[in-house]
Amino acid sequence: MSAVIETSELGKAYRRRRSQPNWALRECTLAIPAGRIVGLVGPNGAGKTTLLNLAVGLITPTSGAITVLGRRPASRTGPLGRVGFVAQDTPLYARLSVADHLRLGAWLNPDWDGQLARDRIERLGLDPGQRAGSLSGGQRAQLALTMAVAKHPDLMILDEPVASLDPLARREFLGSLMETVAEHGVSVVLSSHLVADLERVCDYLIVLVASRVQVAGEVATLVASHYRLSGPRRDPGTRPGNQQVIEESHTDKQSTLLVRTDDPILDPSWTVRPVTLEDLVLAYMSQARERRPGRRTRLGVVS
Amino acid sequence: MIRLTWLQFRGQALLAAAALALIAVILGAAAPHLFHLYATSGVATCQAHGDCVPLATSLVDELPGFYGILYFVGIGVLFVVPVLIGAFWGAPLVSREYETGTFRLAWTQDITRGRWLAVKLGVIGLASMATAGLFSLLLTWWSGPIDTAAGLKEGNSITFIRLGLVLFAARDITPVAYAAFAFALGVTAGVLIRRTVPAMAATLAVFAAVQIAWALVIRQHLLAPARIIVALSSADLGSLGEGPGNSMFVTAPAAATRPGDWLLSTQTIDRAGHVLNVTNVKPCLGPHVQACQAALGTMHLRDVITYQPASRFWAFQWYESAIFLALAVALAGFSAWWLSHHRVG
Repeated sequence: MSAVIETSELGKAYRRRRSQPNWALRECTLAIPAGRIVGLVGPNGAGKTTLLNLAVGLITPTSGAITVLGRRPASRTGPLGRVGFVAQDTPLYARLSVADHLRLGAWLNPDWDGQLARDRIERLGLDPGQRAGSLSGGQRAQLALTMAVAKHPDLMILDEPVASLDPLARREFLGSLMETVAEHGVSVVLSSHLVADLERVCDYLIVLVASRVQVAGEVATLVASHYRLSGPRRDPGTRPGNQQVIEESHTDKQSTLLVRTDDPILDPSWTVRPVTLEDLVLAYMSQARERRPGRRTRLGVVS
Repeated sequence: MIRLTWLQFRGQALLAAAALALIAVILGAAAPHLFHLYATSGVATCQAHGDCVPLATSLVDELPGFYGILYFVGIGVLFVVPVLIGAFWGAPLVSREYETGTFRLAWTQDITRGRWLAVKLGVIGLASMATAGLFSLLLTWWSGPIDTAAGLKEGNSITFIRLGLVLFAARDITPVAYAAFAFALGVTAGVLIRRTVPAMAATLAVFAAVQIAWALVIRQHLLAPARIIVALSSADLGSLGEGPGNSMFVTAPAAATRPGDWLLSTQTIDRAGHVLNVTNVKPCLGPHVQACQAALGTMHLRDVITYQPASRFWAFQWYESAIFLALAVALAGFSAWWLSHHRVG
């Protein structure tokens, strides 16, 4: 499995006056596989945006290392020509028109595909003469996506691209992203704090909580290897060794577990139900929170 | 990248062009009459006859009041143009990208941010210099007759000498260098502060401080001042001034220096070369002015005058311009270095 983004012990701290460094991302080691649509999910403050900004060289690491498409992102010979980036809140020049933005893309990128960009704008029904400042949120996101796609990237990085969109615009945006991926076979990394957005498009999932990868894997495999068990109350620690408990809750009479296992559940006293991706992600997030009390509030500033 | 710079800069460029055109029209309309008055006044050829002061005075008095207003407004414009360029073209260049988040769009394209900044600095920096240069060309040309006449009329008045505190920064090539410096200063402020309005304010404050300090303290030292010693006759002793400490000086006769010379200091010394000290001249402590003057008359007093000759105008113009251009280049280099080594989200 080759990786489009690889990090080792990656950290980014923002200095605060007269206090300890404020880590937005700390000791993050992960590998994002090529050829996938990878969902990067985590609560606000997990370090998703910091990680993606490091990946496009907007910021440089305080510690550790990151490579994107095998190169250091912030270097002079960085990979940015082959990376299409859609930043959080899809920043555009408010006073430039849609057509101006396409020109800008062409001037700044040698491999720009002007035809592709114009076709996309036409298909989306955007008026090339309209100023970006007067576009709707959905149109802004689509224009930003068009600019990323027309670079003919090997990797697309999208940072919470649909966070500010209404449900319809969200569906349209993700739909056109899917089309692009199908047409061009590009690797995609997409961050979100909402699992529902990712479920629709991603085939690979990374759950990031407080800089740590909690779980990573193909969506289908993840869903198939997690179960929700419910049955008569039993004490923790009395389960088979091949089952890893992610989440458990107990009442006087009953226990409910979310477990990960590659083997079938044999104990007949359990009622076994499949889990949704959302259940699974939430279970990992709350597990991480319980393990590190107080950690989230400290990192809550950065999203 | 040059085309992108133009796309984003053309609005401001047009505004500057419109301002230039407006000034050109006003000055152009007033020019024929002004130059006619100058040509018929005889001021241009008065040096040969030695009757400059009355001719210049009558020309200045004859000028319509509107020309006087234009003249001083023109000086004001040349002081304001560089700082406006710094605040409105320089300061927002990078800070606005940070403020609107568009740096995440601009600096994640194939072109490096170093190149992005280099082109922006180059294109808009040259436009700044061209703008200031054209303003200066127009206003220096139009103000020429008034500069000459007022300079002859006022002699060594600090307001009207071309090599001095005021006019020097608003004539010929210094405005070009000031514009380059102000622009680079604005860009640097934007890079460091990353917010537009505070960066503009910082540009304004720093530029004004530099310009004032430069005029009052530094400019006169760019070249070692010239020094003359003038023997004082008893006729000169009427005007006694108080110098630093208990020292006194006698104002030198006007003929000692030429009109337009920038007088820096005058010291009156006695026969032995000691600075004249009033407490050593007993009659001057008393109430009788005549007695004081008589006592001074026996002391063989001389004035030591240091000054920058008006003939050094162009040497000063080149020196000062070179220094401010060098400062501009240094600031631009610093901005580029800072931007690529301090990457902040």
